[in-house]
Amino acid sequence: MSATSNRYQVSIEADPTLPIIRMTRDFDATPAHLMRAHTDPELFARWVGPNGMQTRILDWDATTGGRWRYVAGRNGEEYGFHGCFHDVGEDRIVQTFTFDGQPDDVALETLRFEDLGDGRTRLHAQSLVDSFEGRDQWLASGMETGVDEGYAKLDTLIAEL
Amino acid sequence: MGDDQLSRVFAALADPTRRDMVARLAAGDATVGKLADTYDISVQAVSKHVKVLTGAGLVSQSKDAQRRPCHLEAEVFDLMTKWIERYRQQAQERYERLDVVLADLRGDEQPTNHPHVQQGAAS
Repeated sequence: MSATSNRYQVSIEADPTLPIIRMTRDFDATPAHLMRAHTDPELFARWVGPNGMQTRILDWDATTGGRWRYVAGRNGEEYGFHGCFHDVGEDRIVQTFTFDGQPDDVALETLRFEDLGDGRTRLHAQSLVDSFEGRDQWLASGMETGVDEGYAKLDTLIAEL
Repeated sequence: MGDDQLSRVFAALADPTRRDMVARLAAGDATVGKLADTYDISVQAVSKHVKVLTGAGLVSQSKDAQRRPCHLEAEVFDLMTKWIERYRQQAQERYERLDVVLADLRGDEQPTNHPHVQQGAAS
């Protein structure tokens, strides 16, 4: 799989005027396969979690108006996520996303599978969050050691001004 | 503290005039007066924008009381790029796992029709 992974890189863009993160990524797969990998709970659990974490699906109804809930866990630590499937179409999923640790925050995610032909598909993923603060915390999330280091450097930079 | 500062950087760049100022300052230092000349807004309004950029750590002003040219702090951009790069890296890892799942789906559906698999002789 290494040839595949080197071939396609995620591109990511933080919109400066709206609290949105956009990502695109190409895959050697049809839109139908990408749709299956996003809507079949067993397949989804195989890839969604961070490296080294196990994903456990607790609730899953990937149909328009349905809902989902899962936990990602490692060494007894568990992080829960939930949301609703607002619209599940042929090549598009619109869903909400909430981290249980911040139950007041909800992101609106739109996933679109663009058929590039020749068995390739481009995934367009857009996440709209409540605020720039929320978006920026989200961008900074999951970076564990790196982010503290980054903040420390920024603190120093700002202190020098 | 950290979250506030990161938010300030993004908030500072949410304004189109301030983004344009940052682009101009990338080409070289400029005074508030010189910046005001290039926009259809007052020196006071430019000063306000510069204050936001300074507060976010994106721009510094020298102590020279008369001119106080504005200087772009390129390092802050490097830090932002690094943050986004870490997030991107996580997404990349996730999608590489998805690549594996999708390869399995392809394999399930076309076990005898893979382009790299030699076709059998007569059957």
